[in-house]
Amino acid sequence: MVDFTIPDKITNELQMAKMVAQQVMRAKSRYYDEHEHERPWEYINLMWPVLRDQNKRAMERKSNGQNGRGRTGPGTAVLRLVMLVETLSWGDAGMYLTTPDPALGGAAVEAVGTSEQKQRFLKKFAEGDPKWGAMAMTEPSAGSDTSAIRTSARMDEQTNEWILNGEKIFCTNGSLALEESDGFVVVWATVDPNAGRKGMKPFVVEAGTPGVSISKKEDKLGIRVSDTASIVFEDARIPYDNILGSPEVQRVDRRTTKGFKGAMKTFDASRPVVAASAMGVARAALEFTREKLAEEGVKLDYRRPAHKMSAVERALLTMEARHKAGWLLTLRAASLMDHGEANRLEASMCKAYAGDGVTWITQKAVELLGPLGYSRELLVEKWMRDAKINDIYEGTKQINLLIVARSILGYTRRELK
Amino acid sequence: MLNFELDEEQRMLKEAMDRFAREDMRKVFRDADEEGHVPDETVRAGWEFGLLPSGIPESYGGFGEYSVLTGAVAMEALAYGDLAITLQIAAPGLVALPIQLDGTDEQKRTYLPRFCEEKPPRVSAALSEPRVQFDPFAQQTVAVRQNGSYRISGYKGLVPLAESAEMLLVYAQQEGQTQAFIVPTETAGVQVEDREKLMGVRALPTFRVRLDDVQIPAENRVGGEQGIQFARILNHSRVALGAAAVGLARAGSEYARLYAKERVQFGEPIAHRQSIAFMLAEMAIDVDAARLMVWETAWKLDRGEDTTREARVMKHFVDEMVMQVADRTVQTLGGYGYVREFPAELWLRNARGFSSFDGLAII
Repeated sequence: MVDFTIPDKITNELQMAKMVAQQVMRAKSRYYDEHEHERPWEYINLMWPVLRDQNKRAMERKSNGQNGRGRTGPGTAVLRLVMLVETLSWGDAGMYLTTPDPALGGAAVEAVGTSEQKQRFLKKFAEGDPKWGAMAMTEPSAGSDTSAIRTSARMDEQTNEWILNGEKIFCTNGSLALEESDGFVVVWATVDPNAGRKGMKPFVVEAGTPGVSISKKEDKLGIRVSDTASIVFEDARIPYDNILGSPEVQRVDRRTTKGFKGAMKTFDASRPVVAASAMGVARAALEFTREKLAEEGVKLDYRRPAHKMSAVERALLTMEARHKAGWLLTLRAASLMDHGEANRLEASMCKAYAGDGVTWITQKAVELLGPLGYSRELLVEKWMRDAKINDIYEGTKQINLLIVARSILGYTRRELK
Repeated sequence: MLNFELDEEQRMLKEAMDRFAREDMRKVFRDADEEGHVPDETVRAGWEFGLLPSGIPESYGGFGEYSVLTGAVAMEALAYGDLAITLQIAAPGLVALPIQLDGTDEQKRTYLPRFCEEKPPRVSAALSEPRVQFDPFAQQTVAVRQNGSYRISGYKGLVPLAESAEMLLVYAQQEGQTQAFIVPTETAGVQVEDREKLMGVRALPTFRVRLDDVQIPAENRVGGEQGIQFARILNHSRVALGAAAVGLARAGSEYARLYAKERVQFGEPIAHRQSIAFMLAEMAIDVDAARLMVWETAWKLDRGEDTTREARVMKHFVDEMVMQVADRTVQTLGGYGYVREFPAELWLRNARGFSSFDGLAII
């Protein structure tokens, strides 16, 4: 039965996030945009105790055997997450990325880790000081083509350790996870560089591992408060058990692409989240533009036919329409996950649409507000710079279109390159 | 709780409509467009699904489970077959639904049972006016109350099936508001003019109608003293048209997909090229996004919410979407998209109409 109701429980839970977005994030948005590489401790210190306690309760539930699988009917975890991310990104999309949590690293551990691994790597997020998780996939020569990664993992039979060598770039929260807290990074490496995607496996590298160093912190167009790091591995040794996955995967079966598929599965979960973040920024720009124009007497009359509207009114209407379209596509992809159904096509659809949509909406907002839109006095120009990342990370729009196209045409990656 | 799955009944309805669209409508739609006429048996077969009576309460002779969302599902499926035929099949709803939504008890008792019979009554509605800057909320057709009757004058366009209609629902401005009036076509002063020549929906006969001081009894004002909530009726119309546009766009999008997989150039199907494949992907995304917006608006209408804003935003999106998708369909087919042997050019002509079709369908 088609239903667009967001449960009251979730809406109520968002009240605190709304306050944080409005009062903490917005207040510091401009400062951190102009002080790149400083950390937003007001936000981090506010979020950490809440998240730490949540993680603690979740771990306790799990160790009591209440893993949530006993319940009947669809869950709400993904819906909650996309609603939260949308709200926080309305506040500041860069600052939201600095939220102290296991993030994509945690998603990989949750997706393919054993229960022992989950306990081992995620426990520290339930105690002590703020920590970050991260995922390192991209390399200088491997962007969209993740199967081209060269970072290698070699087994040392003598010590029962993996030895990692290579360089990862564009790792969100890489420095926070490895050098600025006791966190971890899930590093994708190949156990056989000639095996393509069959050789790809995920490894957990914890903070303090010798041979691991942060070689660069990127200066970026937008989301400047977010940490984007390059990580170098020089004979970095990690325990054998840090390879993520079931015992079969741990024996490193080179005939399957299970490791690679695990990475792609992570994208099914992360793409709706990126789309949600994009729609948070889009809503910020849309609401602000509408308010500013209303102050000048330009107000949308929803009863007026399109052929009687001014260009500005039409642009505003189109911004609202594209925002709504992106948001509904995002909710659909999230809802499918909550229902335990496959959502690869829908996840790529919402990501392709929302990343492009927010790019257009924020660019339009700058245009509609004229010289003020371009001024750093306001946040609109910053939102436009922040927005663009959504069109790029977790698969560019073009990569996602490729996934959509292959799916609707029933093509393999060889038929449609 | 958020859910994007149709229920069992809606799925069955959709399957039946899909089959009718594929097996019946698609057999006749091209000739219908060329000849400007829909075969009677196609219209009859469409009516026999009982879509309209199934939304009319039992007390007025129907099956009594009115759902805008279900209506939207049916509209999309039908318009996938053909838009002009769909508009003709759905035409009785142009009168039945405003009466069901806003009519007085007596009007419902008088008129609704007639829509539950084996053959629908020959009726139509006149909302649009043939002029630039037309605004449904600022009608130039005017109704004035005078001694227990109304006198209506104005000029209407895009009135489907007017020539054969016994009765028209005429929208006119009365004291600054758009109201609806039941006008028997035999009334003095009603003049159905020549059939319109349109770019698209050519199978659907539409007419200009002149109303010259037409006098009707006061009880013919829909809703009696209360009148109608015109904005709400328009929202219902926008959901109907939005759903139809999604159906048309899906038809184009799927056709282009199949064509691109079969059409071989440079030794392989053109769908192997990103320049084609990306167009197809964006068409598919746009169609899905539009459907979600139509469904959301329909769902809110079913809950009795005011959807003036949602319906407007949705329709704005859908009007652009359907043009874009129909255009990309022609583009994918290249030269074959431009010739009348293929359906793409028909879809492009039909798609352009949605920005002017307010009031031409309602659910």
